[in-house]
Amino acid sequence: MKLAIRDLEIGFGDRRVVELAELDVAAGEIVGLVGESGSGKSITALAVLGLAEAAGARVTGSIELDGRELIGAPPSQLREIRGSRIAMIFQHPVSAFNPVFRVGEIFLRALRLHGASRAKAVERARSALAEVLLPYELLNRYPHQLSGGQAQRVAVALAVALRAEVLIADEATSALDVTVQAEIVELLARLRELEGIAILFISHDLAVVGQLCDRVAVMREGRIVETGRTERVLHAPQDPYTRELIAAVPRITAGRTA
Amino acid sequence: MTALLSLRDVEVTFGPVRAVAGVSLDVPEGPYGVGVVGESGSGKTTLGRAVLRLVRPAAGVVAFAGRDVARLRGRELKSFRGDAQIVFQDPGGTLDPRMRVGAALGEALRVHDVVPRAQVGARIDALLEEVGLEPAHTSRFPHQLSGGQRQRVAIARGLAVEPRLLVLDEPTSALDVTVQARILALFERLRDERRLAYLLISHNLAVVERLCDETVVLYLGRIVEQGRTEEVLARPAHPYTHALRSAVPELDLASRRQRVVVSGPPPDPADPPPGCVFHPRCPLAADVCRTDVPPLREVAPGRLAACHFAEEVLAEDFVALSH
Repeated sequence: MKLAIRDLEIGFGDRRVVELAELDVAAGEIVGLVGESGSGKSITALAVLGLAEAAGARVTGSIELDGRELIGAPPSQLREIRGSRIAMIFQHPVSAFNPVFRVGEIFLRALRLHGASRAKAVERARSALAEVLLPYELLNRYPHQLSGGQAQRVAVALAVALRAEVLIADEATSALDVTVQAEIVELLARLRELEGIAILFISHDLAVVGQLCDRVAVMREGRIVETGRTERVLHAPQDPYTRELIAAVPRITAGRTA
Repeated sequence: MTALLSLRDVEVTFGPVRAVAGVSLDVPEGPYGVGVVGESGSGKTTLGRAVLRLVRPAAGVVAFAGRDVARLRGRELKSFRGDAQIVFQDPGGTLDPRMRVGAALGEALRVHDVVPRAQVGARIDALLEEVGLEPAHTSRFPHQLSGGQRQRVAIARGLAVEPRLLVLDEPTSALDVTVQARILALFERLRDERRLAYLLISHNLAVVERLCDETVVLYLGRIVEQGRTEEVLARPAHPYTHALRSAVPELDLASRRQRVVVSGPPPDPADPPPGCVFHPRCPLAADVCRTDVPPLREVAPGRLAACHFAEEVLAEDFVALSH
């Protein structure tokens, strides 16, 4: 298993906010983690990156990347893994970039930090941008000069350039217009095909999850209340909360034949 | 019939950008909803602000109950400020953090002399009940409420002054889906019980369908399509509406559609393309689209569209046409 989470508990002070028994993501698989605000989705993502403690949380249990335990791993090891083997993209990609660097510099700094030579870094940045269908000239832009969709593509390209094996997408399409959202969803699906990357897709949007994910886990108050193949969970939900979530999604009814 | 709200050729400019580039539309007396849909930068929020005189149009007329809103002064202006209210996406940002719920509602009631002072307390309780809150909520501060509760307070404050028109600017976009469902049900009930007219600004077509009889599709500050909501969504007459509609992810397998792909990002609003502003992204663009601006015209009974090929789009299977 590429990413295997077992008995993960995350707490702040006396409050336990996550009690996650089991969650796996295989290489080339896209797993959706859905739930509402406060369900513990995002802090789970931070725990996978080894950043939850920095946010003041206490983390116990097991998170394995290719069988190697991440919880309790020395910070130097986590730094090496973070960004290069496990990458993350966020809801607001522009604010995730350092605003004073051009896109090209952001690529170079990240790639060189993870040991690539300058020539190698340039070549990888170029091919990663091509893979996410962005023009090479974008390397000369500052983050604020990118549209929301372009910025999210750049964030994905960075993960590609770093040869990430796991991509955590935290509400990565939620702030985008629907036409742009559809493009990013297609991009992530393509990335899985081309790179065999494992994607943990965190979202509150069940419809997007339904389009993209192989499997889905529904989270509520820190626990997974239901998990399974996406088709099964969305069309034959077993848990009452999953049913409530699905029923609450507003649907367009005009033009339906049924 | 005079419309409650009537916009004629409204333009709002920010420097070189025509954020709203000549929009005309009517909102009848309630219960009725008109939805304005479009993506970021389409001008929909600016349009809502122009309606409430929060930004001044560079040209055109916004009329409320037959009166030009730009000319209202003194008591007339105050009365308009009561008649037309707005509910925003982020209720936390529009409530004074130092003001308890009761005080916020009481202020609205007193400023507009809605009820005699002695009845203010009773009216606050009635308003809270109407939006699904309890009298106990009067003593709470905004930060002690959930997002859904804050939005209910913002709605109650809007209703306090007995408006006839509510401009709803993405009123449920920041809410969790189960909360959104309850707030939508509340808007439906209020529309019918209070005979409210809504101008709903949203990127969410399903939300618009739920609350609006009519839908206006905005692209780069221009209306590209307008008509009865169910007809616009079922059979769009404009390629952009098609693209928007088909990009909405569907939860139910049976209703998944083949996506109509638009190419590239929207154009720079400071430098709009010649001809039809949608042509650089349009799968149907022909030579005429690059040179001639398509007028907004009636392409079927009750349906307006600004596309040289609207009849073909309406008549044929658009997906086949665009591939």
